[in-house]
Amino acid sequence: MRSTDITKVTSHISHNEALIFERSQTGRIGYRLPPLDVDETAIDEIVPKKFQRDDDLEGLPEVSEVDVIRHFTRMSTWNYSIDLGMYPLGSCTMKYNSRLNEKVARIPGFANLHPLADEKEAQGALQIIYELQHHLAEITGLPGVSLQPAAGAHGEMTGVMIIRAYIDARDGEGASANRRTMLIPDSAHGTNPASAHLSGFSVKTIRSTAEGLTDLAHLREICSHGDVAGLMLTNPNTLGLFERNIQEICQIVHDAGGLVYMDGANMNALVGVARPGDMGVDVIHLNLHKTFSTPHGGGGPGCGPCCSTAELEPFLPVPRIVKSESDVSPGGGATFRVDFNYPQSIGRVKAFFGNYGMMLRALAYIQTHGNDGLREATEAAVLNSRYIAHELASDYEKPFDAPSMHEVVFTDKRQSRKGVHTLDIAKRLIDYGFHPMTIYFPLIVQGAMLIEPTESVGHQELDQFVAAMRAIAREAVDDPELVLNAPHSTRIGRLDEAAAARKPVLRWKPKQAASAG
Amino acid sequence: MLHQIGLHSAEDLFASIPKELRLTRALDTPAALSEIELLAGFERMAANNAASQRASFLGAGAYSHYIPTIVDHIISRSEFFTAYTPYQPEISQGTLQVIFEFQTLVCQLTGMDVANASMYDGSTALAEAVLMAERVTKRSKVVACGAIHPEYLEVVNTYVQHAGIELQHVAFKPSSGQVPASIAHLDDKTAALVVQSPNFFGCIEDVAALAEQAHNAGALLIVAVTEAMSLGLLKSPGAAGADIVVAEGQSFGVPLSYGGPYVGLFATRDKYARQIPGRLVGEAYDKQGRRGFVLTLATREQHIRREKATSNICTNEGLIALAATVYMETMGRRGLRDVAIQCAQKASYTSRRIAEIEGFSLPFSAPTFNEFVVLGPGNAAELLSRLAAERDINGGLALSRYFPDRPNDFLVCVTEINSRAEIDALLDGLADIAHSSA
Repeated sequence: MRSTDITKVTSHISHNEALIFERSQTGRIGYRLPPLDVDETAIDEIVPKKFQRDDDLEGLPEVSEVDVIRHFTRMSTWNYSIDLGMYPLGSCTMKYNSRLNEKVARIPGFANLHPLADEKEAQGALQIIYELQHHLAEITGLPGVSLQPAAGAHGEMTGVMIIRAYIDARDGEGASANRRTMLIPDSAHGTNPASAHLSGFSVKTIRSTAEGLTDLAHLREICSHGDVAGLMLTNPNTLGLFERNIQEICQIVHDAGGLVYMDGANMNALVGVARPGDMGVDVIHLNLHKTFSTPHGGGGPGCGPCCSTAELEPFLPVPRIVKSESDVSPGGGATFRVDFNYPQSIGRVKAFFGNYGMMLRALAYIQTHGNDGLREATEAAVLNSRYIAHELASDYEKPFDAPSMHEVVFTDKRQSRKGVHTLDIAKRLIDYGFHPMTIYFPLIVQGAMLIEPTESVGHQELDQFVAAMRAIAREAVDDPELVLNAPHSTRIGRLDEAAAARKPVLRWKPKQAASAG
Repeated sequence: MLHQIGLHSAEDLFASIPKELRLTRALDTPAALSEIELLAGFERMAANNAASQRASFLGAGAYSHYIPTIVDHIISRSEFFTAYTPYQPEISQGTLQVIFEFQTLVCQLTGMDVANASMYDGSTALAEAVLMAERVTKRSKVVACGAIHPEYLEVVNTYVQHAGIELQHVAFKPSSGQVPASIAHLDDKTAALVVQSPNFFGCIEDVAALAEQAHNAGALLIVAVTEAMSLGLLKSPGAAGADIVVAEGQSFGVPLSYGGPYVGLFATRDKYARQIPGRLVGEAYDKQGRRGFVLTLATREQHIRREKATSNICTNEGLIALAATVYMETMGRRGLRDVAIQCAQKASYTSRRIAEIEGFSLPFSAPTFNEFVVLGPGNAAELLSRLAAERDINGGLALSRYFPDRPNDFLVCVTEINSRAEIDALLDGLADIAHSSA
């Protein structure tokens, strides 16, 4: 297929749009409030003058409603999004976000519910938390669930703190002080070591083998030192490979007195097929905004539930949402309760109950798919990735032979001989109408391109993607300049990020102030 | 497709998972529901949330404000809500420019120089501020005022428990509800003084005086704001001398949604920009000199610095930051002040009138914004529960939830959405119920 046959994109109108502050005109407003309907007091009598602002909110925009609508609508057209097409960002699971889930989250009975409402008057809301906990326990095979963490990294921190609290309780403060090492494979997300550090652990890195799996010999050697609190493992790992020795890995860590935390970023490869709890994992976090399709929102909100073994359950964050033993208590007691009575808990990790709106959406996802649908989604996600792995193998270097799960990693090894690198390939892919894959991650693969198509892509678009990637591989040979200068179709070219970091401009300032300082 | 890649069945896709680890049964989760069934189920559960359906004077860190219709319209555009972190700036300029505007608005409102792209919420933003103060000052003691939202303090406790930070607490003055004028705990080991204003009881703190005390000890002043709407009227923490300002941005166009998702605001001084947690968006130019925006100063962040990063945060609250941006721009310079003044006026009216009811008084003398504590004639939890049952009003929060030694106190919040009729119904209800149980 010649590149001209790839007809996914055409050019269309793109408006320029200034910053809102540059659009502002004195006296414009875009809101209307009802008149004040209570007896008015001089404002200085309510709030003493010295506690009041004296800048008259200078610099804040003054715009009309239609100004605001056009402003954001124009800016929105500069974004690529899942709804526009395939968004194969590896490790991010950019799947379709159902509009039904959005509707559910906006039902007034949830949207208008205050988090400090009496639990008896929020039974529906608590039931949703309870049911989602129940389903996630079944999906992971780990019975203790807290939905409080707000994102993946937050769930990691929570999981690692649970390990720390468990070991402190098991060994006693004195002995556990000698067990402060967290093991993390060299292929892991950067959030893993950062989360371990927050929990007071020092990090030791476990090597990967040439096959792309955890090096068992290295793991055994480090575990023999006696200071290992745990292992943070992503499975399938960030190379898209299932750690087939997972049981042995867990055994080695357990024998050394440590616990196994699994980063659930890649659960989209496992739902309905295999369960971390059955593998020997002690605690996991999930990303509801990946596996369970809550929208990514341009960078959040997420929701990063923690699921643990029964043994670790007492250490989960408080409050927990529990169901009363007796279904209906005659004294008017609530069926679903907010329970603070977990003295061994690591504490609270977020105000209120977590990102509740995401829980509604995730529960709707689970109910819409049904148990068979959840497994089918996993199958489709893995099949799509495997298809790409197969179709691109003759054009791009695949650093590992093992069959990929839901995502596959390639490198720029062949193209780099012509001076075309991963970044260039990614930028050229934009011209073909696709969001690029994740690039330069995992760090252990030079020039990595991590491709995760998800289940939300059909055969036709997969073929378009493959054709685009093949076309770029050809261009890298025939016309490398074309690739090196990509993208050619966007409203803006490659931005000088180095200059932006050297002299950072992180906010707008009025002209005179900007030039003055 | 299976055959094209040389496989025979879906099961073959999972050959790399040891057989004994593969599920041989279906998940024990519900069978698939149609849209009709699913919506009916959620509507049934929503109907079980009686508290969502009545006039409410609950605040305490989550506030009911009017949300202009266009906020939800704009955040529902799929170009925003189905995009991810703007890793590829050429096709993410919409998200990036929004964040740049968000950072600017947060700086303007808080009176600070630099703000990040958002944190999970106010409570985690406060915890991150405490960790940042330790990094900046290399000191390990943090002094927190007792009238900070109790759930925020719990989160701070969790975050710092393994960070070698000692947390000390200063009791609030029972007469004013504020921090005492002189804080003995501050010394040359103190990394930061942490204060919330308006504080948990709604009392406005003298931030400028506290800044001076903190700075005299060489410590930073961290100011937490749980009611961001107060920034429309009150002196900005930056103008009062704060070094780090964190806030819960939920008041800016975000529904209550049973506690989340909300959005944490985080701002500081220029000199600490490289110590800030989370993402930052900055201005950048392409070869043709066209202005755009990129994620910047990434060397602070976990994907590069790993365990030495300023925070582990990756995903933040992008879409909620967008909602807050749309809100702040729609209300604008005039609207933010107008709403804040309506809140203050209505709360002032309500507190004055409650204090006139026999048996009720205002235990704290400090000025307030839109929340205030009421001391009732009997058990506040019982009073409020009768008010809900008999008058269909959520009258506020019984302080005994967090302060068991204050059984008769409750916290009342009044905003621009509480009409005169609702307020008067609250006043009548309080008077009648107190009278009937006396």
